Amino acid sequence: MTEPIAKILVPFKSVPDPYAEATPGGSASTAKAVINPFDEIAIEEALRIRERGEATEIVGLTIGPAAVDEQVRAALAMGVDRAVRVDDARALDPYAVARILRAAVEKEAPQVVLMGKQAVDDDSNQAGQMLAGLLGWPQATFVSKIELLENGARACCTRETDGGLEVIEVNLPAIVTTDLRLNEPRYVSLPGLMKARKKPIEVLTCEQLGVQVEPLTTTLSIARPPKRAAGARVESVEELVRKLKEEAKVI
Amino acid sequence: MTARTLILVEHDRREVKRPSLHAITTARALGGDYALLLLGQGLDEMASSLVSYGAAAVLVADDEALAEPLADRYAVVIAQAAQKLGATTLIGHSSTFCKDILPRAAALLDAPMLTDVVAIEEKDGATTYQRPVSAGTMLATVQLAGEKRVLIIRASAFAAPATDAASSPIERLEVDGSSLPGGTRFVSREERVSDRPDLTEARVVIGGGRPLRDKESFDRLVGGLADLLGGAIGATRAAVDTGLAPNDCQIGQTGKVIAPELYIALGISGAIQHLAGIKDSRVIVAINKDPDAPIFQMATYGLVGDVHQVVPQLIKALQQS
Ligand SMILES: Cc1cc2nc3c(=O)[nH]c(=O)nc-3n(C[C@H](O)[C@H](O)[C@H](O)COP(=O)(O)OP(=O)(O)OC[C@H]3O[C@@H](n4cnc5c(N)ncnc54)[C@H](O)[C@@H]3O)c2cc1C
Ligand SMILES: Nc1ncnc2c1ncn2[C@@H]1O[C@H](COP(=O)(O)O)[C@@H](O)[C@H]1O
Repeated sequence: MTEPIAKILVPFKSVPDPYAEATPGGSASTAKAVINPFDEIAIEEALRIRERGEATEIVGLTIGPAAVDEQVRAALAMGVDRAVRVDDARALDPYAVARILRAAVEKEAPQVVLMGKQAVDDDSNQAGQMLAGLLGWPQATFVSKIELLENGARACCTRETDGGLEVIEVNLPAIVTTDLRLNEPRYVSLPGLMKARKKPIEVLTCEQLGVQVEPLTTTLSIARPPKRAAGARVESVEELVRKLKEEAKVI
Repeated sequence: MTARTLILVEHDRREVKRPSLHAITTARALGGDYALLLLGQGLDEMASSLVSYGAAAVLVADDEALAEPLADRYAVVIAQAAQKLGATTLIGHSSTFCKDILPRAAALLDAPMLTDVVAIEEKDGATTYQRPVSAGTMLATVQLAGEKRVLIIRASAFAAPATDAASSPIERLEVDGSSLPGGTRFVSREERVSDRPDLTEARVVIGGGRPLRDKESFDRLVGGLADLLGGAIGATRAAVDTGLAPNDCQIGQTGKVIAPELYIALGISGAIQHLAGIKDSRVIVAINKDPDAPIFQMATYGLVGDVHQVVPQLIKALQQS
């Protein structure tokens, strides 16, 4: 067994439930908020690393208004040791998030920052890589397997890329972003949630973190894209082949 | 040499990835000079293949230290190249390669960044960008502050660039390997050889979902149909998670986005996360045994039936015709 590597910081975002759209009449605007699925995977992985005795403390951190405290409690209920909310109600872009996270990393001094590869509301896939760039730390993105080596001096990470799987080693401290197949997050029990209600949430402002950021991207509007027209039913394989040949002319 | 725009060209160590060249079309629409940038080792042949796209230069960072695409090194070289050129715009295309490296370069350049841009509009001196959000269920219109910008475009939203008769000069960038970050080490890559076309470039794609059940059925039905039509194979997250198909076959919000002439969805429910990746296919065929499956709302042609019965029939019918 390796020596514990001390501390893992897990930044997580509160997003509309990604499964809400799938239900008839559901939409992101009415969906209940949840922890971003990729960040839930990051929390789960941190817990597993601690359970293997390779980490001493997991700090969960989110940037958002008081309304996201419910997701902070969910993170505490999953098992993070301590939770911080940076109180900021503005619409932040990933670069603003990364600059705030840099200040938080400088304060907390973790050995690993484990975070989602993408927030499923803005689908940007940027904040982790930007944070790594700002800190000058190594990064391993889209990770589906993490192994700590040499008492936490390095991490061996398997990455899911367009071409297949790739393995890299990064010196710690480093940023690791999670992909879907890293793990399956545990189920949060009701008693766990009740207990988490009593745990304190540390609330900090950007000012207290000594960071001042203005988002550089502004969303002017969000609209539903034009809907693809529903097509026709075909009754048989023969009809399908005929339509593909004669009507659509694709085969 | 100066250029307004720097384009990151992706390759697989053998050849240039064609979708990455669609960024040239974006650069032309934005106006001003553009340079192409290749990083890696042993790039001469690929560099020569890029001289007819009207670029002010084809920049080549060819060095042992760049043999593997490690984000910490690549981002530094890209940011330095942009600064040297005085480029205010840096463009790549939606791929794991660009998404790994360009946000890091954006942070080094202190520039705002957008991923998955599908349209750019310039009106009254202001530029707005459109990009899908929330698994493609919504389209956001966004504005950026300042002069600098890093854009990752969806190749399917920008046409392949026409070539130019003039020949661009090839310029080597000096790379000092010892000054680059050294905290990352490449270990291995799983090389998958396939006779099938690349998923994001294929004219025909066959996608398989959870009901394909086992690898043998997946390969026989999805693979069989793909080979008959000269297509690529794709899969849902559920199919990849259960080991029916490799991870790089996943189509959707968090996998690949495709825009083929023909997409055939076999036993796929049509969750928004999957639809996010197939919306721009010209013709969508769905075969699903549930007449109410959401995929039918998006399909050009829908056939209600069991894939285990219908697909062998379809393969036979296509073989005969
Ligand atoms: C954060 C996040 C990201 C995600 N990203 C992606 C992504 O990128 N890509 C993706 O695909 N998914 C993604 N998903 C998962 C997505 O929500 C769905 O769970 C997944 O697409 C379902 O896959 P499926 O259609 O194969 O399986 P199921 O939902 O199980 O659907 C199977 C379908 O097959 C039909 N069927 C069953 N048996 C047969 C038969 N014998 N013959 C014919 N039809 C049959 C059923 O009626 C059903 O419609 C993501 C989810 C989350 C939360
Ligand atoms: N408001 C936030 N608070 C904390 N972490 C965040 C926030 N927004 C984004 N992140 C982290 O950055 C990752 C990538 O987000 P994005 O670049 O927006 O797709 C997410 O998976 C989170 O881990």
